[in-house]
Amino acid sequence: MSKNKSEYLINRHDNQYEVVIGLEVHAQVTSESKLFSTSATKFGAKPNTQVSLVDAAFPGMLPVINEYCVKQAIKTGIGLKAKINKRSVFDRKNYFYADLPQGYQISQFKDPIVGEGKVILDMPDGQKEVGIERLHLEQDAGKSIHDLDPKNTFVDLNRSGVALMEIVSKPDLRSPDEVNAYIKKLRSIMRYLGTCDGNMQEGSLRADVNVSVRKKGSKEFGTRCEIKNVNSIKFMQMAIEYEANRQVDLIEDGQTIDQETRLFDTKKNETRSMRSKEDAHDYRYFPDPDLLPLEVSDDFIENLKSEIPELPDEKKKRFIEKFKLSPYEANILVSDIETSNYFENVIKKSDVKLATNWIIGELFAALNEKNLEITESPISAGNLSKLINLIKDGTISGKIAKTVFEQMMEGDKDPKKIVEEKGLKQESDPKALEALIDKVIDDNRDKATEYKSGKVKLFGFFVGQVMKVSGGKANPQLVNEILKKKL
Amino acid sequence: MSDITKQSLSELAENIKSKKLSSSEVTKAFVERSEKSKELNTYITEDYANALNKSKKFDEKPNLDLKLPGIPIAVKDLFCTRDLRTTAGSKILNNFVPTYESTVTQNIWNEGAILMGKLNCDEFAMGSSNETSFFGNVQNPIDKNLVPGGSSGGSSSAVAAQLTPITIGTDTGGSIRQPASFTGTVGLKPTYGSCSRYGIVAFASSLDQAGPMAQNVKDCALLQEVISTYDEKDSTSIDFKRNEYSKELTKDIKGKKIGIPKEYRVDGMPKEIEDLWKKGIEYAKDCGAEIIDISLPHTNYALPTYYIVAPAEASSNLARYDGVKYGFRAEGENLIDMYEKTRSEGFGAEVQRRIMIGTYVLSSGYYDAYYLKAQKVRKLIKNDFDEAYKKVDAILTPSTPSSAFKIGEKTNDPVSMYLNDIFTVPVNLAGLPGISIPAGHDAKGYPLGLQIIGKAFDEQNILNIAYAMEEKINFKNNITDWWIK
Repeated sequence: MSKNKSEYLINRHDNQYEVVIGLEVHAQVTSESKLFSTSATKFGAKPNTQVSLVDAAFPGMLPVINEYCVKQAIKTGIGLKAKINKRSVFDRKNYFYADLPQGYQISQFKDPIVGEGKVILDMPDGQKEVGIERLHLEQDAGKSIHDLDPKNTFVDLNRSGVALMEIVSKPDLRSPDEVNAYIKKLRSIMRYLGTCDGNMQEGSLRADVNVSVRKKGSKEFGTRCEIKNVNSIKFMQMAIEYEANRQVDLIEDGQTIDQETRLFDTKKNETRSMRSKEDAHDYRYFPDPDLLPLEVSDDFIENLKSEIPELPDEKKKRFIEKFKLSPYEANILVSDIETSNYFENVIKKSDVKLATNWIIGELFAALNEKNLEITESPISAGNLSKLINLIKDGTISGKIAKTVFEQMMEGDKDPKKIVEEKGLKQESDPKALEALIDKVIDDNRDKATEYKSGKVKLFGFFVGQVMKVSGGKANPQLVNEILKKKL
Repeated sequence: MSDITKQSLSELAENIKSKKLSSSEVTKAFVERSEKSKELNTYITEDYANALNKSKKFDEKPNLDLKLPGIPIAVKDLFCTRDLRTTAGSKILNNFVPTYESTVTQNIWNEGAILMGKLNCDEFAMGSSNETSFFGNVQNPIDKNLVPGGSSGGSSSAVAAQLTPITIGTDTGGSIRQPASFTGTVGLKPTYGSCSRYGIVAFASSLDQAGPMAQNVKDCALLQEVISTYDEKDSTSIDFKRNEYSKELTKDIKGKKIGIPKEYRVDGMPKEIEDLWKKGIEYAKDCGAEIIDISLPHTNYALPTYYIVAPAEASSNLARYDGVKYGFRAEGENLIDMYEKTRSEGFGAEVQRRIMIGTYVLSSGYYDAYYLKAQKVRKLIKNDFDEAYKKVDAILTPSTPSSAFKIGEKTNDPVSMYLNDIFTVPVNLAGLPGISIPAGHDAKGYPLGLQIIGKAFDEQNILNIAYAMEEKINFKNNITDWWIK
């Protein structure tokens, strides 16, 4: 396994720098209600319509843990092959902000619900394991809206108290491409599990990115900077590139790097200092006395294990072993649960090899062009399966199939009907084909003579002519056979 | 009946049930007496008109199977009451009207009681004399210049002055038992987890507990029976078998083993307190109890531990009063300025002091030395009690190290003020039930109380001991109605 192909290094003068990246991903738990209250969590509701007395921190209101959110966090932990902690503790992280009604966020500091785990990345030059440090549950804050009024800030508490999983990776990532693969893999696992929808536009998945640099070969970590709250993979990659280069420039300039929190300005494509280590908040973490330590039994965890579906890594292995797919094909097909479901539906009644090619090739290209997700595909798995069977049984040629496919993309029509209506059925009657071929040979006597005198390359010309005359419907295999005999 | 307000809860309930009295008559009597007693400053918010209306409604369709049939009750202003202002004794909640009801008060209304108003208390229950209230100090009906204790000072004063037949307070470090002791009344702090904290303005979540305050043990038992329920809305509420405390109340405590902890003989304890304690031991023996000397070796550390844990939790619990969502707001140049002005003007000096202590002990670099250490000591204190309860059924101590002090006497000396809680605080730290009963008077004629501490969830046992001793002690409160002109 050659590691060098995708090695990401920053060169300055004679020095090569390696970039070290760790991510703190905030993933919104898929749940009907909030982590400690019964308010709804639906995205896009009118401001302050999903707020309970608990979420707004009214006097005397107390948090009560939502068991479903706990289950979701444990399932995610299982998906990350992580240690599930049977006892975890909710702590208060104290700070003042207008969209933080309690004046503290309930989070897990010392004793998270999930401990160490791992995620496997499929990189072009092989697999890479990224360590997971921990996963903990915490409340989201509300939203401050600064641009509705010149003087006032508005606060929407709909998000206040929504459950988040903070997933902290070890500093194992080394390039923007690995970050891309890591986020996608994490997202894929959580979508398989149904624990987070991974919707980055809606803020369901966002990350704090820790970046440091060190000279290649060095074992020590450099001083890191944390880039806060980046909400797309593209921005994460841009921020890392900018930040790594900034740090390298500082080192090359003989300066030191200050440990600080930075913000990524997406318009200017640069990171800016938000606060230094000295200005860092003292969050005064302490166990929340309103909540008892969270204890789960072995049975509780085992029950959840039995609910875990086949995850991407296992599915990939099965696809390779059972369906003889290449690792590349399997990777693509398992990358998200909807694609793999679609694939498995298609191959229920049709040829695996053809299905793989048609999905990865034609279907993905067509969806891409229309900017559609697989779940929005105009062609249902059932109809794609029928199309593949029409090819397989020789009813239509691959070429005709593409025409049929294009029509199916306009609306989910039964390919058999399209073939019938448009008369696209392949001509496989030897007698009819013979007549057709005789006519072609007749019309091209001179070429036939040349062929017979040794110019074998002309064979292709005859095939082309036959196909053309048949309107593409002639069975290519039979045409080949008959032509050889006739010529 | 001119002596309605002199009747105990049990008598009133009996008279209403037997239709000798109507709820309207009873309510009117307590409302009239409350109105004549404004000088005591027990009420922050009066709700007399509503109370009278409710009593009339009750009489129209009286449900006499209830435990508190049409009984008017005023409650500490730390309990959120739907549609009635709830201030916690603070300017910062001066204009706050809850849209919800605390579980404990709801339990009381469910048994037929009628809300008369909200009683004064130390700001956010932080104080031992009711002098930190934004709404002014409360007079002790025993004597014009005396504090009624705190933080449930409005409650103790109102019960002693017979402005309400019973009431509820909250106890974080002694806030029910100390004022009960100062006013010659009975106050029970239940086991942590017995009464729901839902809807009670929080001071220190791991210590706060609501409890009954009454003129006698039987009334106290009846009210405890009503307010103690398991509540899913409070994650620290405990689902255990609750007795019908008043029905199961008995004076038969023969053979009960009562522990006397030597560490409660603190330096400089007045002889009067020492004598009271001795008298208490004799009463207990008279009732047939067996007295056993015990040791609670970490008692000395209880007060410092408490004054780390309680402020730490308070500093976080009070962060929500920031002027953004409800309550008092001072205008500011920007968000930070608004926070600073709101909280500087909205909170009184004692509350600010405790927020600062709490913030300090939780700060990075100090957390281990203070908060974490305090939690460890708290565990040791609890272990002390666990050990002791292998040998005894209950523990008898004085409730306070002195009788009620004068208004203003300790306001400039917070440490001396904090020392008032020395006998009550360990009970909160260990999460145990404790009851204070009046047991005598000092040389000045001020009441003194004894505390009986029980095992967790063993309220019935300490109520029984208190019930038996109450009869032997035969305490008479010396109240002259001096404030009624």
